[in-house]
Amino acid sequence: MVTVKECPAKTTAQTVYSPASAPDYVPIALLRELQLSRLKNIVTRAWERVPHFRARLDERGLTPDRIRSLADISLLPFTVKTDLRDTYPFGLFASPMEEIVRLHASSGTTGKPIVVAYTRQDLDVWTSVMKRAFATCGLHSGDVIQNAYGYGLFTGGLGAHYGAEDLGATVIPISGGNTDRQIMVMKDFGVTAICCTPSYFLHMIERAAQLDIDIRDLPLRVGVFGAEPWTSGMRDRIERLTGIQAFDIYGLSEIIGPGVAVECPCQNGLHIFEDHFYPEIVDPDTGNVLPDGEDGELVLTTLSKYAMPMIRYRTRDITALMPEPCPCGRSLRRMRRVGRRTDDMMIIRGVNVFPSQIESALLEVEGTLPHYQIILTRHHGLDQMEVQVEVTSESFSDKIGALEQLNDKIADAIEHVLSIRVQVTLVEPSTIQRSEGKAKRVIDRRLQP
Amino acid sequence: MKLQQLSLFSENKPGHVIAPCRLLAREGIDIRALSLADTQRFGILRMIVSDWQKAKRLLEAAGSAVKVTEVVAVEVPDRPGGLADVLSLFEGSSINIEYMYAFPFLRGEKAVLVFRFDQPDAAIERLQVAGINVLDGGALDNR
Repeated sequence: MVTVKECPAKTTAQTVYSPASAPDYVPIALLRELQLSRLKNIVTRAWERVPHFRARLDERGLTPDRIRSLADISLLPFTVKTDLRDTYPFGLFASPMEEIVRLHASSGTTGKPIVVAYTRQDLDVWTSVMKRAFATCGLHSGDVIQNAYGYGLFTGGLGAHYGAEDLGATVIPISGGNTDRQIMVMKDFGVTAICCTPSYFLHMIERAAQLDIDIRDLPLRVGVFGAEPWTSGMRDRIERLTGIQAFDIYGLSEIIGPGVAVECPCQNGLHIFEDHFYPEIVDPDTGNVLPDGEDGELVLTTLSKYAMPMIRYRTRDITALMPEPCPCGRSLRRMRRVGRRTDDMMIIRGVNVFPSQIESALLEVEGTLPHYQIILTRHHGLDQMEVQVEVTSESFSDKIGALEQLNDKIADAIEHVLSIRVQVTLVEPSTIQRSEGKAKRVIDRRLQP
Repeated sequence: MKLQQLSLFSENKPGHVIAPCRLLAREGIDIRALSLADTQRFGILRMIVSDWQKAKRLLEAAGSAVKVTEVVAVEVPDRPGGLADVLSLFEGSSINIEYMYAFPFLRGEKAVLVFRFDQPDAAIERLQVAGINVLDGGALDNR
């Protein structure tokens, strides 16, 4: 269920207009003109410099001058993750190494990672969109930002770092991990904003409570959470437990890293920094472009990326574009929060299941913290799903009957969402592995003997 | 007269009861009474300990889900009918026993019964009127 929030009066942050936000308000006609001219440039650049891309256009008998309007983008072929793997490591680069000043790589869990490159100018663009993202969340100079995204090959840490510095905020480059130190720093350094994955922040909340620290008593007022899908129910939970305002930020390494889109204080959809990233929504099966407002797969084109232009990149994230104007006044279109990815989908007894559906079901049951894990197994050729949920001091009862009721209540809530009954297992607190980065929600044991 | 009992959630898997017991042992906390209720999938470890506040703090810091419940401990003669006599006091009353467990004193001919009642105060009154010795925490120490 989506809670519609009043806007923008609700924000706890004193909203200060930041000059960095000026491009967010550019008149739409001007924005479309800018997008078209940048699109033509980037397609030409990729065609001239990336043989892989040129070959794909040749197959279709296309040349860059065929792009005369933004709608013509649909003539271009998609780029998918395997294109990056197939051309590993540097095959999609459009700049010589002399002009490339930074490489990042995805946390590829299977096989080779994917590598992305930045020129000096690309880094400037990235810094500027991250700076605009922080400004959109009501942050400014004087804020103390604890950056708990991982520093290193992962784009989260450095992307947030330079944007926050450019904003004039005080950055604490603490990176991920060492939760007790995170909490100490948050308290002792008067941290006002934190960036990390929402699941890691939940872990911090839990650990702070064990250390008898109530985050509500600290100056922390803003959280900028991303790098994994999370539900609005999870947001409500975080905000209620800590008194902060929690913003969703979206991005992916293939496009630039964090800073592709961010929520404004209205917290109803994420504004896409459209002057640099052109969004489309397509039917994940047919690839046909869908009209605004319809759910489909987000496809992004980098309009100003030199080192590695991404043309019509299939993000595998399911969302919809929200064309109606936002009360905050930004002309940038919004995308709905990403709750699902096309590759997250599990099929259990013929029913399509996404981890976010389990999460929203759990949030309906009072007292369950969203520490859960989905275990997939195969039994006599049938896929089975078990949902493990941690018992909390709040949900735990001293009576067997009450625990069995809790178990049933969770199974009922999941059945209500999925229309199938799955096995629910209550497990001891803190036994589901906590992630300091992206949470691993699904353990797939289907292919194990 | 009511005692604070700690209940811990435990998965029904080998080795899951020993960790909290070890923790309490290391901190010099004595477990005076203990019972384990279990189903196929999970269990509840219920304990009366020498310092429940400290034990609760330690167990929670170690990541356990802990509930404090008020229970009533009474002393009965360790002989056939000892338990039945106590239970008969509540027959036909509105007081419900949610669960109970028993253990013998190390010395002497007494046994201790630990009850969780839905109305502990009313239950204590009834027990005392019947002349049954309702124990406080200290009495469990001196067994």
